[in-house]
Amino acid sequence: MSAARRCCPPRALAGLFVWRLRSTGVPQIPCRFMRLYHVANNRLITFQYFNFLKRMYVTQCNKDLRQRAKPKSDSTVSPFHELQQLDQEKKVVHKISPVSPVHQSESETSSRNELREMKSAAETEDSVIQVGAESKEDRQWKEMKLRLDDLPGILARLSKIKLTALVVSTTSAGFAMAPVPFELTCFLLASLGTGLASCAANSVNQFFEVPFDSNMNRTKNRPLVRGQISPLLAVCFAASCGIPGIVLLTLGVNPLTGALGAFNIFLYTCCYTPLKRMSIANTWVGAVVGAIPPMMGWTAATGSLDAGALLLGGILYSWQFPHFNALSWGLREDYSRGGYCMMSVTHPGLCRRVALRHCLALIGLSMVAPVLNITTWTFPIISLPINLYISYLGFRFYRDADRSSSRKLFFCSLWHLPMLLLVMFTCKKSVLEKEDKGDLPGGSHETAMEIQLP
Amino acid sequence: PPAHSHSDWIGPPDRHSNLRPVIFYVPPEESALERRLREARQEAQASNQRFWARHNRAFRQEKEEFIYSRLKAKGLEMRDESGHKATLNAEEMADFYKDFLSKNFKKHLQYNRDWYKHNFRITFLMGQVALVRALRWLRWRKKNVEQ
Repeated sequence: MSAARRCCPPRALAGLFVWRLRSTGVPQIPCRFMRLYHVANNRLITFQYFNFLKRMYVTQCNKDLRQRAKPKSDSTVSPFHELQQLDQEKKVVHKISPVSPVHQSESETSSRNELREMKSAAETEDSVIQVGAESKEDRQWKEMKLRLDDLPGILARLSKIKLTALVVSTTSAGFAMAPVPFELTCFLLASLGTGLASCAANSVNQFFEVPFDSNMNRTKNRPLVRGQISPLLAVCFAASCGIPGIVLLTLGVNPLTGALGAFNIFLYTCCYTPLKRMSIANTWVGAVVGAIPPMMGWTAATGSLDAGALLLGGILYSWQFPHFNALSWGLREDYSRGGYCMMSVTHPGLCRRVALRHCLALIGLSMVAPVLNITTWTFPIISLPINLYISYLGFRFYRDADRSSSRKLFFCSLWHLPMLLLVMFTCKKSVLEKEDKGDLPGGSHETAMEIQLP
Repeated sequence: PPAHSHSDWIGPPDRHSNLRPVIFYVPPEESALERRLREARQEAQASNQRFWARHNRAFRQEKEEFIYSRLKAKGLEMRDESGHKATLNAEEMADFYKDFLSKNFKKHLQYNRDWYKHNFRITFLMGQVALVRALRWLRWRKKNVEQ
């Protein structure tokens, strides 16, 4: 699967580039060319990045499928990221509830989750590999001493580094979609700042949830749960990531992006995390948390929150629901025992309805994109098949409400989002096109050029 | 853990509570602050252990009862012909999960409050201890440099 996905050879990209050149009717004026070169470069970077991510998803999916073939005694169950060992009692428990295989498959898959669901995606490739080795080590007593060579790995797991990478990629998607010329330094600063903020938020989340994490299969192997790091260090790490991250965003990019970043950290750590145990409203809050990074990317590029930012945020917001609801469908036992208030446990009908509703909303939002001049009209047309497919799976989930439909929907959501963002980017309305159209009929190219020059 | 060790040791997850027990190292010249920290950690550990062991035990028990009653209602036995334990499918279990969650809601709210309090206090004390140790080390170094 990954081989097939490793598609789009550079030739195709070059072809795309040439096509763009032709379509925008660019004469051989150096400055225009430079600008186009930047745009195309950005596309190249983002495209390769997305490709890499897709590969990551698919690899994780593959690993997951492979893992499921292993005998149960060896396998680990982890709702979201990490793998665990089954001890005797769990074996009995799992025998009783056939739901457990779902746990295994879903847990091993990383799912994207901005600061919640997106987070699920990243975590544990290493966990998958380490399963066998860890099972023996797990049973031993370990010294609670911090080893410096372990520290990078521990901090990576503490900050859910893969999920952070996905968050940063949505931010860069937001940046790329903004109708302004591409600036590399701004892009890098925004990505770095968002990444640091996400690390901080994830660390604080893990700091708050230690006993709950130890009781849930997918989160059993987190650093704080295993005592590899002290809570004090986790908090210090969070502070040392979060504060520079927000400062970088505020000073290096613009205050609006910094404010959004700080707000997002607050929303995730102080609203979503406690709400998870109090009311099902946490899913909606979490969806907002996931929707903010692309908006941050947009504001980093343009400096203002306009309709385009809201649209991108809306797309991410709607995406969270089929993704998370499908995933949580298989984790009902762990949520129930752990005391988490999730729709899949308390209001299963609502869970499925909401997932379907938001799949359909994605179609609607894709239609709005060209109206707001963010993309051309090809975008709703090209994205229609994938949106219809996920809506179909959402409908199946709604109707059947069983394990297989929830898993199908979940896996679909994993590739649906990167593909949607990619299509959106390729259908992006060129900045130059717009300015061309805005020119007076008799206006010269030079005037247009002057407007564009910084 | 070995007798000569100077650090805390953490063990495998407990069978009932899934929490990892910690054996705390008591240094010979433990200050009052460090003692408060250790006691706070021990207290939190004990309280967590109590809560989760009891909670998980109740969960397992109620789950068995639920399965038993449902199987009985369907006219089946706990074990089928091949001797395997009869199971209910996920949809039937869903009722149990929903019920269990709502029954324990208040308990969880109370536990959350306690846990957050413990967590903040422990982390704050850790911060104080670390600060005191750092200052002590700086003073010791200054003394060494002066000598």
